[in-house]
Amino acid sequence: MNTRGRLWVLIGPPAIVLLAFFVLPMINMGSFSLRQGSFGAARQLWTIEHYRAFAANEAFQRLLLRSTWLALATSLLTVILAYPVAYHLAFKAGGRRMTLMMLLLVPAWTSFLLRILAWKLILGSEGLFSVALQALGLMQEPRPILLYTPTAVVVALVYSWLPFVALPIFAALQRIDVRLLEAAADLGCPPWRAFVRVTLPLSVPGVAAGFFFVFIPTLGEWVTPALVGGADGVMYGNIIQDQFARALNWPMGSLMSLVMLAAMLGLLGLLVGLARLLRLDLEVV
Amino acid sequence: MSGLAVELVGLTKTFGGAKGDEVNVAAVRGVDLGIQAGEFFTLLGPSGCGKTTTLRLIAGFETPTAGEVLIEGRPMSQVPAHRRPVNMVFQNYALFPHLTVAENVAFGPRVRGMARAERDRRVQEALELVRLPDVGRRKPAQLSGGQQQRVALARALINEPAVLLLDEPLGALDLKLRKRMQVELKHLQQEVGITFVYVTHDQEEALAMSDRIAVMNDGMVLQVGTPVEVYERPATRFVADFIGETNFLPAQVALREGDGLWLTLEGGRLLARQPAEALQQGQAVTLALRPEKIDLAPSNAGGLGGVVQEVVYIGTDTRFVVRLASGAQVVARLQNIGERGLGEFGVGDAVTLLCAPADVHVLNN
Repeated sequence: MNTRGRLWVLIGPPAIVLLAFFVLPMINMGSFSLRQGSFGAARQLWTIEHYRAFAANEAFQRLLLRSTWLALATSLLTVILAYPVAYHLAFKAGGRRMTLMMLLLVPAWTSFLLRILAWKLILGSEGLFSVALQALGLMQEPRPILLYTPTAVVVALVYSWLPFVALPIFAALQRIDVRLLEAAADLGCPPWRAFVRVTLPLSVPGVAAGFFFVFIPTLGEWVTPALVGGADGVMYGNIIQDQFARALNWPMGSLMSLVMLAAMLGLLGLLVGLARLLRLDLEVV
Repeated sequence: MSGLAVELVGLTKTFGGAKGDEVNVAAVRGVDLGIQAGEFFTLLGPSGCGKTTTLRLIAGFETPTAGEVLIEGRPMSQVPAHRRPVNMVFQNYALFPHLTVAENVAFGPRVRGMARAERDRRVQEALELVRLPDVGRRKPAQLSGGQQQRVALARALINEPAVLLLDEPLGALDLKLRKRMQVELKHLQQEVGITFVYVTHDQEEALAMSDRIAVMNDGMVLQVGTPVEVYERPATRFVADFIGETNFLPAQVALREGDGLWLTLEGGRLLARQPAEALQQGQAVTLALRPEKIDLAPSNAGGLGGVVQEVVYIGTDTRFVVRLASGAQVVARLQNIGERGLGEFGVGDAVTLLCAPADVHVLNN
């Protein structure tokens, strides 16, 4: 087979998968957002009334904004908590590295739903915090702590994402040549300064990977808020789901999904631009 | 200020050994050294001889198990690496990949809080010193190996350290470039007048550049001396073998004659200059003969006789392997000048080995 033929054999399957499960659904969603209704004759009618409705609906926009904040907070918190874990694994764990890595990863092998539901128990009225507060006499009767608030959503999500953020940061830290840190010390840096000037900038690719790994799915998250978020913890993802499953307004659901996608791309662009401005290398050196 | 830039006293470093570890490797064993200010001092030895560990002990990257490092007379045991008045040029340069060349060079001054204008001027000076004035804005990955090497030098020299430590800095360069950089480094050292402590396993490099050389093996210093001293008067068989090529021949002390000493060996005898230490008559010794100091004469006219076994042309020289009556083989090199060398002797020719008494080196067994 000639080179061109082999190239097509290699590119073909992934191209077909992408076309079938990414490009076509996107086109379908785009076209659906311009239909009047979900079924029958209304489905054949083209209109931009949903765009008008969305633009007029402040509740939707507030929710999108709040979900963005929640996703940002979740990603930042996860990165901040995962960094020391990754740092310890990369530089300090020595012979215990494999054991610690297992301890970090094994809980993540249980079902995502189970882990979220576990938090429902932990934060519930019979849960760890409630019982502890009662035992300390700080609370008189069983009450859920934080459960059914946006904070509970962040807590549960940070917990679930932590191992997956620690790993890319660990990988980035592990790639750092220890001689660079010796060179920094040699040039007069005390350890903390070597960390700020060498370790931290060189781990940016791992931090960025971890951050986006959390931020992107969290923005569209709807399972966790449905389980532990309560009325105040509703996220944008939940109302998208409502449009499809309850209101049966597929055009509006499609439109809202597209808006979220645009918002996400815009934010990512902003963050990448910011990184450029700070002259941080997002690519693996 | 003259005096000792670096002094090592009974310096010892043992790796492993935590909690009754069975592997307990002594990398450096009781090294005593005094390195003069302004000197180009080389630690020379095979890989694993402890030379790099010694350098890292001076830099402060390792803590001695026993003994002491003194820099400009000050004990360093309580001084961490980042406060020592030394700078290091690492084997693979260890340039910061996320910083530009200028930022790499400015790293030291910046950490010490030098004002920006002064810093920029010094950076430019340092880059000019290593003849790379125009690469400041590039990233290290965009430079060739030789250029990166120079940047590493500039990054260290800008701090005007009391001592510059160099860990096989030319190891990654190709032969031609390495030769050129050897000359440049030597000139640079003379220009800036900073004490260089240079680690290498390349004996030619050590001979060409150093004021003094410490030959190391197995964690110990075997000999310290000028290049001429360690080459011409090696203290041990290891030194003679490691630096240059040497023929070792077993011999016996025969008799003293004036300031000379006759030595007998199977197949003849040789006259050596009286060595410093007293040797008993009949004592078994080892002769160390450099191939280039052996001359060949036709026929067996007394002295040490043998038969040419192999002739190899190597450009500047011709290399002869001569088999002695004892069966021992001796390598001799003759320069290819005029009638000499090439074609002078063939395989099977009987020859006499000639060696000036001063060039016959007697090693006590």
